[in-house]
Amino acid sequence: MKLVQVLVLGLSLGAIYGLIALGFVTIFKGTKVFNLAHGSVMIFGVYVASILTDRIGFAAAVAGGVLAAALLAAILDRIIALAPRGDHLVLTILTVGLDVVLVAESSRLIGTNFITVGDPWGSQTISLLGATVPLTRVIALVTGLVLIGVFFLIFQKTRFGIRMRAASADSETAALMGISQRSVSLSSWAIGGGLAAVAGVFLAMFPNPGLDAHAHLLVFHAIPAVIIGGLDSSGGAILGGLIVGITQTIVTSYSASLSFLGEGIGDISPYILMIIFLLVRPSGIFGTKELVRV
Amino acid sequence: MSKTLTTAPAVNSTSDGGTLQRWSRPALILVALIVLAALPLYLDAQMLKIGSWSMAAAVGAIGLTLLVGTAGQLSLAHAFFAAVGAYGYAYLASPSDGLGWPPVFAALGGIALAATAGLAFSPVAARVRGLYLGVASLGLVFIGQHLLKNLGEITGGVNGRGVPPFSVLGFELTGNQPALSVLGVAFGAQERIWYLALFSLLVAIYLSRGIINRRPGRAFTMVRDNQAAASALGIDVQRYKASAFVISSAFAGGAGVLTGLAYAYLTPQNFGLPLSINFLVMVLIGGLGSVGGAVVGAIIVTATPLLLANLAANTGILAAGGSGGYDAGTVSSIVFGVLVVALIILEPGGLARLGSRLWSGISARLGATTRKTSRKETL
Repeated sequence: MKLVQVLVLGLSLGAIYGLIALGFVTIFKGTKVFNLAHGSVMIFGVYVASILTDRIGFAAAVAGGVLAAALLAAILDRIIALAPRGDHLVLTILTVGLDVVLVAESSRLIGTNFITVGDPWGSQTISLLGATVPLTRVIALVTGLVLIGVFFLIFQKTRFGIRMRAASADSETAALMGISQRSVSLSSWAIGGGLAAVAGVFLAMFPNPGLDAHAHLLVFHAIPAVIIGGLDSSGGAILGGLIVGITQTIVTSYSASLSFLGEGIGDISPYILMIIFLLVRPSGIFGTKELVRV
Repeated sequence: MSKTLTTAPAVNSTSDGGTLQRWSRPALILVALIVLAALPLYLDAQMLKIGSWSMAAAVGAIGLTLLVGTAGQLSLAHAFFAAVGAYGYAYLASPSDGLGWPPVFAALGGIALAATAGLAFSPVAARVRGLYLGVASLGLVFIGQHLLKNLGEITGGVNGRGVPPFSVLGFELTGNQPALSVLGVAFGAQERIWYLALFSLLVAIYLSRGIINRRPGRAFTMVRDNQAAASALGIDVQRYKASAFVISSAFAGGAGVLTGLAYAYLTPQNFGLPLSINFLVMVLIGGLGSVGGAVVGAIIVTATPLLLANLAANTGILAAGGSGGYDAGTVSSIVFGVLVVALIILEPGGLARLGSRLWSGISARLGATTRKTSRKETL
């Protein structure tokens, strides 16, 4: 019984991490920038949703929050586009600067409160194969899987998806084929931001009390997922997310017998796993190995 | 890569200028040193404290600018290595809840521990490059926080621990014993820490200049710009990447020891991700790869919020801390963030490049002979 519970909880947490990791990877593939302001984008989406939810209802508020996060991400993309192109290390550091501004403002707005999205499910639980799990986590799992399915369908089947994949495979050749780099990078940021907001909405629900002023750090828990899966692999991000989610849940639920490792070992187990992966397979499960062309 | 990752011009690029150029720089440095050494006679304890904290941060920023600017490796784990240095010193030096080493050895031990931690991470640091390392190194900060909270016997856990005072041959450099006064000004703890921090900063500047301008620094730059070319020239790429990381960790450890001494009390919150980000902001504002820039950036980033808080408390132009309004911390974070973004977009060389432009502009006006040099610099 316990195993089923841990598995469902781990999978749903993994789906949430997978969404965040997919956002990181989408932005990285589209623009070669690692968005370290991802947490602030997520918080912004949830914050907008939390304001709207009393006025226009939960579903519309979430849609509004996701749109707001996508818009903010698109604005960040345009700001980054102002910088001289080329070195993605410097552009990544630029996102740190953006993050500092956004974190300062969001911490001021949130203060000591918890922001919640007013979801209709509250603290209900359901029984699944004899295990009791929070309803919100099951919904997170289903939503996550559906979104991920839609994401891959769009990227594999539509012209838009082909454009995005072509641009990330070889941006110069894609540009010669008439694919606008500008619209590719705008869309990848908007998609990444939207995915982060969806994940954020679920992180703000039961069993969490809501998002506090430090919640922007939560997206960094998805970084092990990105590294384990491979920085430039969308499928890897999902798999990495699931591995991280399950690991964290298992370690947390058995932390009583792992007490010699200290309190809160569950929260940092993804990072330990990540470092092991870096030692064994630095490019991740599906990531392309870096080749040096002379 | 080298096109946008601009580093400040090497110091000796001005040495073929005119007499003015040759003498003005050492003279300026001498004047600055005298001013810095005399400041404790005039400033109050509060200002001295801000100064020592800034200088401690500057030591760490120099280490990061070596790693990010010169070696082209991003690290967000700088706070972790600072923590190792700080807690390492506190544990080694403390006679009651530690090993009770003489403070000088304990300080060196703290730095060595930080370097060792960097070495332990170097199998990772040597394999992955640039951006990838930056993202991966984030993990160390979170693991570090966990260790600080759970290794209660060494770190004091969540509540933190005290830092034993630093003394050389019975003369306390972070305390009041034995009493001393110079020109009628009592030299208490803050005055002494100022000199300790100033001395450490000068050592850090000297060492980093030596690394950047000599063989290791050139090898780092080569590895940064073109790994294949570097290894073709016989540079052991993995070894140099690892050693850049170790050196930078040692500087972070030094900053940690100094910060610990200046704070006198350590808690895990002092060494979280915000500290890593602050170090990065210092280095960026100053200009990647520039030692002077890192120092200026460290002073700006450390001192501004504290000075603003003082100013706001006296004049009431800003909201009080924690009130939900625009307090000093929020305002300065926003200013730093905007400054980082603006500098990367407009002047990726940071304040160091702006400064050297200004400097060459002034000297071009003063002496026509320097025109050739200044053009070389602004290129």
